[in-house]
Amino acid sequence: MKEEQGDKHTKRYGMVIDLDKCTGCGACMVACYAENNVPFKKNETDKLDSLNWIRIFQLTNGRSYPDTEICYLPMPCQHCDGIGKHGHPPCVSVCPAIATDYDYSTGVVSQIPTRCFGCRYCMAACPYHARKFNWWDPVWPADTEKYLNPNVSARMRGVVEKCTFCFHRYQQARDKAYLEGRDEIYESEYQPACAQACPTNAITFGDLNNPDHAVYKLKNSPRAFRLLERLHTNPKVYYLSSKSWVRRAGDNYLENESRPESNRQKIHHK
Amino acid sequence: METTPLIPQGVKRCSKLQFSLWMAVAVAVLLWGVYAMYLVWFKGLNQTNMNDAYGFALWIWADLAVIALGGGAFFTGFLTYIIGKDKLKNIINYAVIIGFICYSSALLILAIDIGQPLRGWFIFWHANEHSMLTEVAFCLSCYFGVLTIEFLPTIFENPKLDKIPFLHHLSHNMHSIMAVFAATGVFLSFFHQGSLGGVAGVLFGRPFSYREGINVWPWTFFLFTWSAAACGPCFTILITWITEKLTRKKLVKDDVIQLLAKISGWMLATYIIAKIADTLYWAMVTAPSMGFNLMDFYTNNPVYGIWILILEIVICGIVPAAILITRKGRESKFLLMLAVVLAVVGVCVNRWVMVLQTLAVPVVPFEEWFMYAPSWQEVATTILPVAYGVIVISLAHRYLPVFPQERELNPSN
Amino acid sequence: MFPFNFEWAWDIPHLVFHGALWYVLSIVGLGLTYCIIKSAVDTFREEDKGDNH
Repeated sequence: MKEEQGDKHTKRYGMVIDLDKCTGCGACMVACYAENNVPFKKNETDKLDSLNWIRIFQLTNGRSYPDTEICYLPMPCQHCDGIGKHGHPPCVSVCPAIATDYDYSTGVVSQIPTRCFGCRYCMAACPYHARKFNWWDPVWPADTEKYLNPNVSARMRGVVEKCTFCFHRYQQARDKAYLEGRDEIYESEYQPACAQACPTNAITFGDLNNPDHAVYKLKNSPRAFRLLERLHTNPKVYYLSSKSWVRRAGDNYLENESRPESNRQKIHHK
Repeated sequence: METTPLIPQGVKRCSKLQFSLWMAVAVAVLLWGVYAMYLVWFKGLNQTNMNDAYGFALWIWADLAVIALGGGAFFTGFLTYIIGKDKLKNIINYAVIIGFICYSSALLILAIDIGQPLRGWFIFWHANEHSMLTEVAFCLSCYFGVLTIEFLPTIFENPKLDKIPFLHHLSHNMHSIMAVFAATGVFLSFFHQGSLGGVAGVLFGRPFSYREGINVWPWTFFLFTWSAAACGPCFTILITWITEKLTRKKLVKDDVIQLLAKISGWMLATYIIAKIADTLYWAMVTAPSMGFNLMDFYTNNPVYGIWILILEIVICGIVPAAILITRKGRESKFLLMLAVVLAVVGVCVNRWVMVLQTLAVPVVPFEEWFMYAPSWQEVATTILPVAYGVIVISLAHRYLPVFPQERELNPSN
Repeated sequence: MFPFNFEWAWDIPHLVFHGALWYVLSIVGLGLTYCIIKSAVDTFREEDKGDNH
């Protein structure tokens, strides 16, 4: 957990999800399952023990017809920067065996399944339920094992796993850049599977610190908000919505407490 | 040739048949738990009703609860060997045995609870010293070692073992420097009891359990240590009383129990004042800053009403503290036992809410409360330590001189 | 836990945490060693006395 601040190459990869564009189709979930060798159950009715690294919630404004409004909200790991300086997400410092780490060069919160011994403290710490536990041994239907992604290790029973922002793709992009004699990778070279699979381009991914990347501008949109900002988890997943009730649904407020406009200021990163 | 009896001289014990029948019942319950443990170890944690919302559940509560209740060992040790309350030497052996059972049970439950038990050593080898759980694991294991050391001299005092010269001397020599071990135990206990409080207190993503504090230690760190020191001795008194009822004889003099109850009462009284202050600050400052009203944590779900807070703080906190700090309360056998039972329930309720309710409360605004009921495998493996405790206590009481006052109190034997 | 673990760092958190750990283990270990050695010496002394009689 050594800090590498002040490095001009320090990146903070993040995601902006435009909820106005999301149709709730689930393509991001399917792509994630396939890309990351995520096993599935015969019956996926109970989502509380599914290994879905990205989930889609259906939000409603609670009004009756004809004023009913629906919004679909995909939720991957929020890759929190945490309280204070970046590097203190809720889940990382609690892990007793350093099986999860904050990568200061990219801002990605990693998970090391071969180090994890399954105490599940990180799951208790994460308010987003982004961390999933392997309650069973991974089993794939006949022959589908042949189609597993060779770039991602399958996990075993009894360990925690989570969205990695497809970190293996970052490593591949870095390798490619190195072979081509480049220091930097292009925005298009590192994109997670969910962002690429989204048919409406609702998911945008890139370096939040890089003014040339699309996410840099999008995160400063007046439509932008993040989930549970008041807990100071400081996530790197931003959402965009033109509807105020959706933006308000992103956090907890006391009765009669309005969503302070200053909250929008907080999401602007220095 | 005269043979040395296994049972200490001058005390009366039940017949072998009666003892065997009693043990058979305990062993049957133990085997049920062992079977459930086998299922969990070989088939995995899918044998439980835990899920991704309930990563911590009955087992972690049981861990926290038995460690709090086992706190009687370190606090009685502290009072006996460091403060110099010599009177408590008449109950320290039993407090140590109860602590030994509690801590070995906690380690066993932790070994069942982790998803990859064969990697359990990672917590030591690849220790993250920033994690409260790491501190718990180290201190718990070390303190279990200390408790074993504190228990050993009593085992060596068994008439048969005492005949072996080396063990006779070892027991004597260990007694002579017991204050060193006890002091180490107090140091370790302060940190692991506190760290268990820190486990929930540091979770800044969980508004129900998150607390501010001093430096890296949330207020729950200090409250857990304090409550364990207050309620642990109550558990020792309770188990002593149950043992006296089952064996139908007095084992510890009233003045010893009264002294322990009095100290425990003042610890409980001061703890509950601190707990009330902590609760008020959390309800009025910490939780609202995260967007939560106090009643958000106690409504819209089928189980967790405000009753649980009243039960923990008023009925199982203020009431037993008031009984135990008054002479009349302590001297009434009924009130004394009521107070210790309430205190024990209170600390168990506190540990329950800090684990289970923490996870039940919805934090993401569009999620609902998460409810959980344990599977039979979880229940059986949680009852397993109770059966194990009954067996260890039965064996210890039968074959070891646990209670120094027993012969004096039962002269007709 | 040990300096040869690759995640080990000679920083203040490591020194405080593991310093306390090894301090405690040393006290317990030394205490136990003292008891065992003294008991062995006591036993042999007693046996010697017994032989003399």
